[in-house]
Amino acid sequence: MNILVCLSNVPDTTTKVKFNGTKLETEGVQWIINPWDELALTRALELKESGAGIDNISVITVGLEDAEPTIRKALAIGADDAYRINSEAFDSFYTAAQIAELAKNIPFDLIMTGFESADYNGVAVGAMLAELLDIPSVGAVSAVNVKDGKWLIDREIDGGKEVLQFDSRVLVSVQKGIAIDPRIPAMRGIMNARRKPLNVSNPVALDSFNEIIAIELPRSKSKVKLFDPEDVQSLLDALRNEAHVL
Amino acid sequence: MNFEFSEEQLMIRQAARDYAQRELIKDVLERDEKAIFPTHHLKALGELGFLGMMTSPKYGGSGMDAISYVLAMEEIAKVDASMAVIMSINNSLVNYGLEQYGNEFQKEKFLRPLSDGTQIGAFLLSEPEAGSDATHQNTSAIDMGDYYLINGTKNWISNAKSASTYIVIAQTNSEKKHHGINAFIVDKNTAGISLGPHENKMGMRSSDTHSVMFTDVKVPKENRIGEDGFGFKFAMKVLSGGRIGIAAQAVGIASGAMDLALKYAQERKAFGTEIFNHQAIAFKLADMAVKIENARNLCLKAAWLKDNHKPVDIASAMAKQYAADIAMEVTTEAVQIHGGYGYVKEYHVERLMREAKLTQIYEGTSEVQKIVISRGLVK
Repeated sequence: MNILVCLSNVPDTTTKVKFNGTKLETEGVQWIINPWDELALTRALELKESGAGIDNISVITVGLEDAEPTIRKALAIGADDAYRINSEAFDSFYTAAQIAELAKNIPFDLIMTGFESADYNGVAVGAMLAELLDIPSVGAVSAVNVKDGKWLIDREIDGGKEVLQFDSRVLVSVQKGIAIDPRIPAMRGIMNARRKPLNVSNPVALDSFNEIIAIELPRSKSKVKLFDPEDVQSLLDALRNEAHVL
Repeated sequence: MNFEFSEEQLMIRQAARDYAQRELIKDVLERDEKAIFPTHHLKALGELGFLGMMTSPKYGGSGMDAISYVLAMEEIAKVDASMAVIMSINNSLVNYGLEQYGNEFQKEKFLRPLSDGTQIGAFLLSEPEAGSDATHQNTSAIDMGDYYLINGTKNWISNAKSASTYIVIAQTNSEKKHHGINAFIVDKNTAGISLGPHENKMGMRSSDTHSVMFTDVKVPKENRIGEDGFGFKFAMKVLSGGRIGIAAQAVGIASGAMDLALKYAQERKAFGTEIFNHQAIAFKLADMAVKIENARNLCLKAAWLKDNHKPVDIASAMAKQYAADIAMEVTTEAVQIHGGYGYVKEYHVERLMREAKLTQIYEGTSEVQKIVISRGLVK
């Protein structure tokens, strides 16, 4: 059985976010594998190592050449081969459609995506991709196992979990808990990463449905104001005239 | 000139950083307090390839360059200088010495397990009466025909208890002075070897340090490294490269303290504002940053020279002396910035300050580095 893991190349989660118009200011930004995607890959590797019958793990990314260090990290920690669609990932539909087009030619039995990406948090690529490939999809997945050649999938539901079984191809969007810690690449893996196949293909022509009009950062919080317990009037004035909550 | 790191070098630095910040940090205070050797971390770091970083893959190593090694050492030492010194001894003294000067038989037999983390090594040079001055060894290795008989005591031996392979420097012919010194590969479990008590050290308490006593220890002839009398040159060559590792460790200790001080200065308030906004503190941090940057560049230059097979003695001495001295200064200032909090153990900076001190002493004191540097000026 083969697993295809979708990777998003995102700014490190400690990045101080700045925008230049509607574009992220990328100067000095360190790029990483989207943490949810990395956990998906970690689980795929665990399944392969456990002897569950996984033959091949591929990773796929929509991104320009500068996404390659991130892809090679995935190869360094154990993915077998990689696909990069040479385009910016403009929006969720564009990304899903590009992956769907290429995935038609990649043999897979399971697609894993992170529940969301740490940059735009669209929570949409997984479901859209499954729809475009006409395969079932399961969201909020907290465990993936293999039993007798079938996928056993735990999905979080209110107050409990649902266990689903698939003997067909399926897409899962995983959340934290699918794996504990992401892998640290061993040096041998780092050196071997360049020898593993990284297939680059051009995007298919596709209109982007979305346009970002404006980006606003959260307003910075004002400082805490302290009032004398005896001075109730000042507190009321502030609540009425400054905070506008009364 | 190219100041950019390769993708692989950056990935190795990140791997070391991830391991240090995720795993070493968890028990570093407890290991320091109780002087516990990091056995489980050693296994994990061995599997990741950090214990034979520069050793050829032919002998089970990772085959990385010295630049990668410097980057990794800094990241490990930022969090745990004890782990860094264990790593340094194994990589730059034992493995490097064996790979560079051992014969094929010795490399196959001893180097392989030392490269993949299944075993670690120790380097036995210092003696009660001979530390930095290694020109005369009281430990004797008498040629008995088909074996050598070693007698004597070695002091301040890091990894002494946990290592399985020792490299021992001893005097075979005292008339020939330093030309009569040899280096031997010795299995720690050989009859006649015994350990002194665990040294109760000021810092680097998670690394084990003992004296090692040799009483009629028989070492096969085939375990001598190089020609008869090569031992002194061997030790000097190996230590010269090893200094790069200790220099990088010192940079790590300093930058670990700097990170903590910078964070604290932006959180702690005094006189109505974060103390970073007081020039007295901000300028301290600026001075610390410049010193660390200088030390790091010296280390990287020495590593670059080593990678390019150019003479490294002076550059590594400069890197080690400067990095060790500024590590002491920077960690002392980091404690000062933390005020009272800096003096208690849970804030880590006092530990880093204790650890910095050793980098000025071992593998050649700062004064010995200055001998090397000054003699280089008139060569």
